Amino acid sequence: MKPAPFEYVAARSADDVVAALADGRTEVLAGGQSLVLEMNYRTRRPARLVDINRVPGFDTVEAIGDTVRIGPLVRHQAFESGAVPGQLGALLHRVVRHIAHPPIRTRGTMLGSLAYAHPAAEWPAVITALGAELDLVGAGGRRTVAAGDFFLAPFRTARRPDELLAEVRLPVLPAGTVIGFAEHRRTHASFAQLAVIAAVTLADGRVSSASIGLVNAADRPVRARAAEAALLGRPLDDPAVAAAARAAAEQDADPGPQPYTDLAYQRHTVAVLTRRALDQARTEG
Amino acid sequence: MTALRTTLTVNGRPYDLDVEPRRTLADALREDCGLTGTHLGCEHGVCGACTVLVDGQAVRSCLLFAVQCTDAEIRTVEGLADGAEHPLQTAFSAEHALQCGFCTPGFLMLAVGALEKDPGVVRDAERLRELLTSNLCRCTGYEAIRRAVVAAAGDRPAGED
Ligand SMILES: Cc1cc2nc3c(=O)[nH]c(=O)nc-3n(C[C@H](O)[C@H](O)[C@H](O)COP(=O)(O)OP(=O)(O)OC[C@H]3O[C@@H](n4cnc5c(N)ncnc54)[C@H](O)[C@@H]3O)c2cc1C
Ligand code: FES
Ligand code: FES
Repeated sequence: MKPAPFEYVAARSADDVVAALADGRTEVLAGGQSLVLEMNYRTRRPARLVDINRVPGFDTVEAIGDTVRIGPLVRHQAFESGAVPGQLGALLHRVVRHIAHPPIRTRGTMLGSLAYAHPAAEWPAVITALGAELDLVGAGGRRTVAAGDFFLAPFRTARRPDELLAEVRLPVLPAGTVIGFAEHRRTHASFAQLAVIAAVTLADGRVSSASIGLVNAADRPVRARAAEAALLGRPLDDPAVAAAARAAAEQDADPGPQPYTDLAYQRHTVAVLTRRALDQARTEG
Repeated sequence: MTALRTTLTVNGRPYDLDVEPRRTLADALREDCGLTGTHLGCEHGVCGACTVLVDGQAVRSCLLFAVQCTDAEIRTVEGLADGAEHPLQTAFSAEHALQCGFCTPGFLMLAVGALEKDPGVVRDAERLRELLTSNLCRCTGYEAIRRAVVAAAGDRPAGED
């Protein structure tokens, strides 16, 4: 199908975007890789779009102290070409290869994915696991929301309709952090059925901190606190990994009905993927 | 809805168009520029039949609006042959990398974009496979397409293994 008619404005600054959104019937057009497809289906019929693709500076990735700031026009592809240094960059690189295809990654953006909040999207669980912060800017000013409070349900976030998601700030991973990512999907080209992200920091051979995120294992991205607790203070060995996998499946995951799977299968898969992600972290770093 | 004056530069040639904002780049190319080499399959980003190059990057032209493309350099399958066939076109023919041809313009533009950016992609089996999973072909299977892209990169003469 073809999109329903809409008005189009191309913003040149963040102020332009915020001014355009103030009318309550305008939506942001970022990479368009979810929005335009929904408009083609006519499941979305925005009255007006404000295109942010020509706003200077929106595509910047900036390391400030212990955080990395990511702007609204940083495309998925940037994370494949080393835009973020260090272990955080390595984790984002490992994850991004699982998001769609190269021609989608040249357009789609990380912040667009966060704003869209697809239940099986990878970035929302990454930022939830890492405890990132998001900045929202609207006519009423700027506010900061923790990633853990941002996602409310599939396709629902704490962003108000008149707010621009202006940046996400990810904490740099400390020295001694090993990372892993494991995903299950039905075909190479489909969205994830489930996925697990792990970043585990070791000091003197024991886990000093852990961040574990689950994709599509509940009605929103999950920070797997029970699995993290199962690792703390222990060496990252087989028993610890098994305990974390069990905790992730039994305590952290809260799966709902999904096509092609039942609940027991989903919990089982969470355990398997948690083990794989942690195994990858301890063998590949 | 009012049309907006938009100039698209396609294969080096300017096209002055009056298009509604809702006109996708794919439809503008096909309906307004008369360049029907770019095909439309799914219109939701999955099949890749509509792949064109915008400023050197392979994109889905069904997920982009024409009004977003003013000032951009757009390249479509019609621009590939420059007097003679493009090496990829020769290789696709030699390797039997098409049957009905519906997916071919998309695969050609996907591959041209990737090879121009980094011909080394053909030497990394995993990366090449990942690249080619971007698009769907319902006829030939992907092996012939893979061989054609490798041949066109100059690593091996077309038609030989
Ligand atoms: C074939 C295909 C396969 C895909 N596979 C995957 C996959 O495996 N995993 C995955 O995670 N994603 C996948 N995607 C989705 C892709 O990652 C999108 O890029 C992403 O969901 C949206 O980003 P975007 O920049 O394209 O946003 P858009 O499509 O432009 O916008 C999406 C929504 O977010 C809003 N929005 C965007 N940016 C902002 C902002 N800065 N502030 C406020 N609101 C904003 C828009 O108004 C819109 O409602 C796939 C898409 C396609 C077409
Ligand atoms: S028509 Fe654009 S991806 Fe299928
Ligand atoms: S040749 Fe028929 S779809 Fe590819």
